Amino acid sequence: MSHSIVLAGPAAETARLIGFWVLAIISVGAALGMVLARKAVHCAVLLAVVMLSLAVMYAMLGAPFLALVQIIVYTGAVLMLFLFVLMIVGISAADSLVETIRGQRLWATLGGIAMLVLLSLVIGNAVIGPAAPPSAKFGNANVTSLASLIFTKYLYPFEITSALLITAAVGAMVLAHRERIRPKPSQRDLAAQRVASGRPAPLPGPGTYAQHNAADMPALLPDGSQSELSVSPVLSGRTGGAIASPAALPGGPGEGATSAGSPSSAGAGTSAGAGTSAGAGTSAGAGTPAGSPTSAGQEAGDQ
Amino acid sequence: MVTPAHFIALSVILFVIGAVGVLVRRNAIVVFMCVELMLNAANLAFVAFARMHNGLDGQVIAFFVMVVAAAEVVVGLAILTAIFRSRRSSSVDDANLMKY
Repeated sequence: MSHSIVLAGPAAETARLIGFWVLAIISVGAALGMVLARKAVHCAVLLAVVMLSLAVMYAMLGAPFLALVQIIVYTGAVLMLFLFVLMIVGISAADSLVETIRGQRLWATLGGIAMLVLLSLVIGNAVIGPAAPPSAKFGNANVTSLASLIFTKYLYPFEITSALLITAAVGAMVLAHRERIRPKPSQRDLAAQRVASGRPAPLPGPGTYAQHNAADMPALLPDGSQSELSVSPVLSGRTGGAIASPAALPGGPGEGATSAGSPSSAGAGTSAGAGTSAGAGTSAGAGTPAGSPTSAGQEAGDQ
Repeated sequence: MVTPAHFIALSVILFVIGAVGVLVRRNAIVVFMCVELMLNAANLAFVAFARMHNGLDGQVIAFFVMVVAAAEVVVGLAILTAIFRSRRSSSVDDANLMKY
């Protein structure tokens, strides 16, 4: 064995002390924030902070294998699962602050303090010795020592664990499965439905002819107004209905209509205005508001 | 000097925070996260005791706790999505069908 992860010496001891206190403050702060944060996603991120600092503490305690398993399994798999379910269940579901049970929070806090006192007394009475002298099984030989324990002394629990994991996987599939209670619509059904809806064309994409094509930027209609259909209702619901307004364009729709709307508007007044406003929106400052009447007419024809 | 007592005191604090979170929060997913925090605190105590007793049994137990926690999360979140699909809510107060 060349070197061990468990270092020795006064300098290493000081570093370990500083590391412990930094990690302790970070993890306790993140745990408190997790209990207090209202949004579930914030809770998940703070829980990731707690788990990562615990992984570093495992490494400090001479368990490098568990530290890596903590990062891979907990922070990687379990928290990603939490976030996936949060996306399914609805991310905007903040906890309500209304107490349904009177005094629940007060009593829960008091119970927590009582639990803290009880556990502190129990642990204060227990004899907790110093750490054992560093040995190979808390360093480089950690994985092999753990493996020899798991596959000899803890062989049966380990095998039962595999049965548990298979059962959990099957159970999750059964629970998350949804029965189809109506026949799957065929392509013909979908087409008929689309024609019957009165709008056979697809919905306008967000940001069409607007200043930029962000997902929350509504498309501009021929008359320069915004199309509510182009923005996903999830987004407009999250921003409270106030969609970003493209009114502050350098060459606005009205301006363009006055500058280039004279000769070519023989076809239809509104669609010619649409052509100019489209030019102003997509390439603002490229000279399109004052573009030639023929190009404006072409764009109006493309509409 | 960092002794295992430091880590065990920290695990007590984290465990209590998780327990209070389970009691206080009403979003079922956040309650699950607080349960995970309690399991992590217990794991920290296991690893610290393993370091103190100069044996690896505590680390093996912590490993098994991680496996069981992963299985528990999978099944629990599947139940939550099933409940949410039928009731459109993830609050633990709304699932009161068997109360009376």
